[in-house]
Parts: sequence; C-alpha cells; structure tokens
Amino acid sequence: MTGTVQVRLRDIAHARSGDKGDTANVGVIALEPRWYPVLARFLTRERVAAHYATTITGGVERFELPNLGALNFLLHGALDGGGTLSLKTDAQGKVFSTSMLRLVLDVPADEAAAAGLPVAR
Amino acid sequence: MSRIVRVGAGQGFWGDWLEAPRRQVEGGPLDYLMLDYLAEVTMSILQKQKLRDPAMGYARDFVGAFESVLPAVAHRGVKVIANAGGVNPMACARAIRAVADRHGVGDKVVIGVVTGDDLLPRLDALVAAGHELRSMDTAAPLATVRERVLSANAYIGSDPIVEALRRGANVVITGRSTDTALTMAPLRHEFGWAATDHDRLAAGIIAGHIIECGAQCSGGNCLWDWRDIPALGDVGFPIVEGHADGTFVVTKHPGTGGRVTRQTVTEQLVYEMGDPHAYITPDVVADFTSIRLEDLGGDRVRVHGITGRPATDKLKVSIAYSAGYKAVGTLVYSWPDALEKAEAADRVLRERLDRLGLRFDTILTEYVGASATHGDLSAIKAQPWVAELPEVQLRVGVRSGDKATVERFTREIAPLVLTGPPSVTGFAGGRPKVEEIVAYWPALVDKTVVQPEVTLA
Repeated sequence: MTGTVQVRLRDIAHARSGDKGDTANVGVIALEPRWYPVLARFLTRERVAAHYATTITGGVERFELPNLGALNFLLHGALDGGGTLSLKTDAQGKVFSTSMLRLVLDVPADEAAAAGLPVAR
Repeated sequence: MSRIVRVGAGQGFWGDWLEAPRRQVEGGPLDYLMLDYLAEVTMSILQKQKLRDPAMGYARDFVGAFESVLPAVAHRGVKVIANAGGVNPMACARAIRAVADRHGVGDKVVIGVVTGDDLLPRLDALVAAGHELRSMDTAAPLATVRERVLSANAYIGSDPIVEALRRGANVVITGRSTDTALTMAPLRHEFGWAATDHDRLAAGIIAGHIIECGAQCSGGNCLWDWRDIPALGDVGFPIVEGHADGTFVVTKHPGTGGRVTRQTVTEQLVYEMGDPHAYITPDVVADFTSIRLEDLGGDRVRVHGITGRPATDKLKVSIAYSAGYKAVGTLVYSWPDALEKAEAADRVLRERLDRLGLRFDTILTEYVGASATHGDLSAIKAQPWVAELPEVQLRVGVRSGDKATVERFTREIAPLVLTGPPSVTGFAGGRPKVEEIVAYWPALVDKTVVQPEVTLA
C-alpha cells in the first residue's frame, strides 16, 4: 500500500484535561496499548500547536509516558488568564480533552494497516 | 501476605457528594478516611469568612461529614484526615470536638491540629527579609500586588500529619497541606517509611494523586467507554490498599457502582499533570514515568515500580489577591438562524458599550451550543445544518479593575430583549451579578521559614 490515510484521534485515544493557572494540560491515552507508538510518532508538538493555533495564545509543551501509553500536552495561554480571572465557560480547561480529540492524523497507509488502526478515509 | 493499610477518599473537593464519606466507612473495611476540601482559591474565600466572624474560616461541610462517620471513628478505629481547617484549623477542631461531645463520645476522639502554613501575618516580615515571593506564572515580585493580598499559605507536606498520628490522633485537621500528603502520611506512619525513603514516599504521593479527586478515578468523568460504566448513581469512591514496600492496589467497596480499571486510573493520573518526570511535593519529587499499572480485574488495579528523588528546598505558597471585578451576561436565541441572531445581538451590545465609553480589561463573547468550549475548532459555520441549531446561548463576559464599569455593563443585557434581534428568551435570572475577582498568585519560599506545628485538641 502507498500514500497516507486519515486517522481520527477520537478513534484511537481517550483523554482528560485540567488546568494550572493559564495553562491547560491534556493527557492523551492510546485506546489500545499497541497504538501508542503511532500516537508518539504522529501526535507531535508541532501538530498540536497547529491544531490550537487560533485558540491559545502561548506555546505547547509535550511529554511522553510510554509506561501509561499516554502523551501529556501543556497548552499555555489557553484559559483567558485561568482560574477566577477567566471569563470562559471552560475556565479550568476541563473539556480541552475533547477539542484535542477533534484532531485528525495523516498516517502512512502501510503503518496504519500494520497497527490495525481504524481509518476514517 | 503482607499487611494492608486501606485509605479511602471521601471528598474530592469542597462541594463533592455528601453521601460519600459515610458510604466509605460503612461499605467495607477501611483504616483511614481522607477528605480533600481545598482548591487554589478556597483559602481566600475562607479568609473573607474569618474576617467577618473569627469563629469561621474552615470548610463547614466537614462538620456534617464528620458527624456522618462518627460511629466508625469512635467504635471501629477508622481515622480521619482532612485539610478542612482552611485558615482556621483551631476553630474547625472546636466544631469537631463539639460534635463528638454532643454524641457522648468525646473521650474516644483525639484531634490533631496542624498549623503553621498561614503566612499572612508574617508576609511583610518575609518580604523585608528578602523573600520576594515572585509569581511562578509571571515572575513579578509580590510587592506589585501586596496591598491587595487576602491570604497566603504554604503548602505543607506529610511530616506534621505523621507526627499527629504518632501522638495518637484519630482525627487530623490541617490547613493548606498538599492534597497528596493526606493519603501518603497515613501510609508513611503505618509502615514507618523514612524521610529519605524516596521511592516509597513517591508511591504514597502517587496513590494520593490517584484518589484525591474522589470518584474521578473510579468511573466519574471518565471518557473511556462512558456509556457502559455501571451504576454511577451508586458510584463507589476509591480506596488505596497500601503495602509496606510501596506497592498498592486501587479499588472500591464491593457492590458499589462505577469502575476501577487501567483506563479509569490512567485518566486520573494525567489529570492536571505538568512535567511527568518531576511531580514536585514538599516530601519528594515523584516520577510519573516510572508508574506501572496492572489491571487485576474485579475493579482492582495494582500500581508498582514507582521511583522518587529528594524534595527541593522550597515550598509552594498559595497567595490570593483581589484582582478587580467581572460579570457574565447571557441570553438564549432560538431557531431558525439561532447563531446568526446571537452574533447580531453581540454586535448591537458592543456598539452600545462603545458609545457609553466603557473600557474593559477583557470582553469575551461565547456562543454556548455552537462554539463556547471548542472555539474555532468546532468549525460550526462550515456545517450545512448550522441554521437549524434549535438554540444558541449568547454569553458575554467582561473584566475590569473599575467596579462601576462592570456594573454599567450588567444593565445593557436586558434591554437587548426588546431592542435587538428576535426570538430571544432566557432572561429570568435578572441582571448579571458583579463579582469580585480573587486571583491566585503561586510563589516559592525557602522551606526553612515554615515550621508546621501539631497541637492535640
């Protein structure tokens, strides 16, 4: 097989998010442990920064937790000042987890097939 | 088989399920009940209450919670550890003492009170001595907001809680101790872990992190397979079964609802996570990349492999200061073209605010039901059905240092009902409330300047 396929993050991961000041953290967890290497390779800091380009004002940090099959992202400037200052409905970043899961990854077709990933198209 | 010490969570925050503490002590074996009441700005709210009434300033929910578990404490040896003391742990202890006496079991309750975290009375002396208490977010020195500071408390660790237990307390009340120390301290006390036993202390801290948000690790707020998580109406709060070697099992009482699996525990592990290599506490720096999870089935997850390293020489300080005023106004617009109507209303509102010459530090408009939580990522306008949304809530918030400016804003929402776009409802609540903003200023201070004390009351 050649070319790339699109894999929806929501089909291969679950997530939880929280806050620390004006920073939202999003932990992204592979639904199947064998899918973690795909997450680690394709859910890059740059990919996430591009995803949130218009919705956060600061940078993105990324950490790997292979032991938990998870990645942790810190999204700075995500919460309009955060805590009690914030005017946002989601002042504490509780559902940033779900906006992360909107992301769609481009994965080489042969790798997607080898890992048994659910493919959107 | 090695000895097991069971620590159960009974509250994940102030406002959590009132039934949970009693269910934890009645649903099966338990040695310690851990109750976490304090969020970042809770201390400042309590400080305000104490200013109005010197007998207040603690989490009053704890009094009812304690009463609901008193038989287990007095007659079955269950011990209670809570950071309910807020800015007035002694007053909290007096209220708890009164409950025990009223039920005729005063002689069976020994209260250990942990104090020394409150730095407010010493703040100017600390600054004068060269402690700048710079914001960990902005690096600005505290002097820039000093006159607006409402509370200042150091996060203290497990030492004084262990000391209280060693001296025979069966109820330990703290002020601003870390959430995780409430769980780690009883394990450390029971197993005699030394202050240099970094791996085991880190394991206790991670056990605390897993259960500190109550049912959020046992099926509550769990995205994975959420439809099929059983019986959340009867959800069991989490319990840690600790072993002397630092390994532990996360579980819940048999027959309760919810679920404890690798997935529910992992979601909680990543909650509010920063750098996973360095989870910094007053006791130890824990490494989340060392955690090994083993799903044993039957709502049991074994946790092992955890490593830690020595703590830093600093303590985090939670400072709250007054930071102006805010208000949020909402109106609901109905089908058809609900989003378009709400957007038109926002333009009308902003034109009027401009004409009044009102200037805000921030004005933020959200469309609840369309894009409030996901912003541009919802891509709602690209959807062919956007005009068919049944309703959209217009939500406009403003923030300013000037109270009158915010007050004036609150009077511009209702007029939109008869002077703006059509199909509008949802204004039964009256004018929006003006709220004082109590903001959070995290800082670091040298550990040596904070000396926690334990009093048996």
